[in-house]
Amino acid sequence: MLGRASMLLPCRSILPARARPFSTDLPAAPSADATFTEAWTKVIPNMDPPKTPLSFMQPRPPTPSSIPSKLTVNFVLPYASELATKEVDMVIVPATTGQMGVLPGHVATIAELKPGVLSVHEGSEMTKYFVSSGFVFIHANSFADIIAVEAVPLDRLDVNLVQKGLAEFTSKLSSATTDLEKAEAQIGIDVHSALNSALTG
Amino acid sequence: MAMAMAALRREGRRFAPMISPRPITALRSSPLAPSLEDECPIGVRYISTQVVRNRMKSVKNIQKITKAMKMVAASKLRAIQTKAENSRGLWQPFTALLGDLPSANVKKNVVVTISSDKGLCGGINSTSVKISKGLHKLNSGPEKETKYVILGEKAKAQLVRDSKKDIELIITELQKNPLNYTQVSVLADEILKNVEYDALRIVFNKFHSVVSFVPTVSTVLSPEIVEREAESGGKLGDLDSYEVEGGETKGEILQNLAEFQFSCVMFNAVLENACSEQGARMSAMDSSSRNAGDMLDRLTLTYNRTRQASITTELIEIISGASALEG
Repeated sequence: MLGRASMLLPCRSILPARARPFSTDLPAAPSADATFTEAWTKVIPNMDPPKTPLSFMQPRPPTPSSIPSKLTVNFVLPYASELATKEVDMVIVPATTGQMGVLPGHVATIAELKPGVLSVHEGSEMTKYFVSSGFVFIHANSFADIIAVEAVPLDRLDVNLVQKGLAEFTSKLSSATTDLEKAEAQIGIDVHSALNSALTG
Repeated sequence: MAMAMAALRREGRRFAPMISPRPITALRSSPLAPSLEDECPIGVRYISTQVVRNRMKSVKNIQKITKAMKMVAASKLRAIQTKAENSRGLWQPFTALLGDLPSANVKKNVVVTISSDKGLCGGINSTSVKISKGLHKLNSGPEKETKYVILGEKAKAQLVRDSKKDIELIITELQKNPLNYTQVSVLADEILKNVEYDALRIVFNKFHSVVSFVPTVSTVLSPEIVEREAESGGKLGDLDSYEVEGGETKGEILQNLAEFQFSCVMFNAVLENACSEQGARMSAMDSSSRNAGDMLDRLTLTYNRTRQASITTELIEIISGASALEG
């Protein structure tokens, strides 16, 4: 209940740093809504304008002048938020270009993820997840958003099923006729071999 | 309730001519309530209570049914509410990255209206349809067009009537199987394949609490429009500062990003709308059963009065007959 209430009221005070028109700062947030609400009230005066997602979000802090010590990570899945604004030292994400390490002060990046292992390093402990695919946004204010379609902790994976799946998809690829089937089989092979290497390596 | 009031008024008018020719001295007859259907000629003995009793039985059944529907909606709401709350984190990174530009000026608008399949859920579907029509009006102009993609029977019924030519795609029976991301992503894929768009506006009811549902519109822009807005500065001006890893071109990644954003936002929207539907049904059925309870009380009073009046009439006749015999 409280979480929902605080989502409705964006009440963070904004530092007078250079404006990041991007990070839903308070001044920027109402202006987008303002043009929309004005246009709406002109055309449809009888109804209240609908709300937009901006009014439900907490604004992000602007880029600090010095590199912060911790990286704030949001790791979300369609079914749950695994990590929500958790402060960590480093995360290693499986981007399409390879394993990418993200430290506080990383340059702002948008990267697509391929099936692989995501590890979160906090002090001495490390949590590993296998992610199927998704995106990672690294913002200049040391916020990292990782959005994945599926993620499981590595200890939940079964080696035998992985091997079986790999064999199955390899045989499907060899017997595939249409491009679509080939693509599907290839995807299956990619995921299973990534699973395999995650479990062994 | 209106019918009961009208009946009482009619009874008031008929009751005056009824008592005058009758020699009632000792007992003042209580307001008679002849049943609505029986056109009682003056001098009839007693009124049938059968009709009132039938009505009471049906109202009691209605009350039971609506109470049961409320319980069912409450249990369904509990089940889906946790899912919706967990999915709320899904669209926030996209809004943090790309901002929210509901006022973007684009040529091809597509309004995705999310509604329920079943009725008896209050006014949420009408609100969604009104907002969709409002968006259509807002985005109309030279060289601009707005098309509809409809999810759910109720919006289809309302929009088919006057905007038939603007409807691109209709999808129903969404909740046959429990909602999950795979189903919604397949749906999103279908929509993206079949509909040309510059901006997708998803209209749904966001669930705040069991009694409050806020109509919301989420905007997903196509990669070309995102590029255009980024170049022109303003809200998305910082997008260029983001390095894009992987892929051959930036455009490819942005395309994947837009599709992923659409499926995530759709997933959240569909879940929130389902929660709002169950919540609205709960409150609609609750007020309906309360209303049925009130009606039942009033009918019970009417019934008792009718019954007592008929007993009184019989007694009067017996007594006046007996006193006439005596002398």
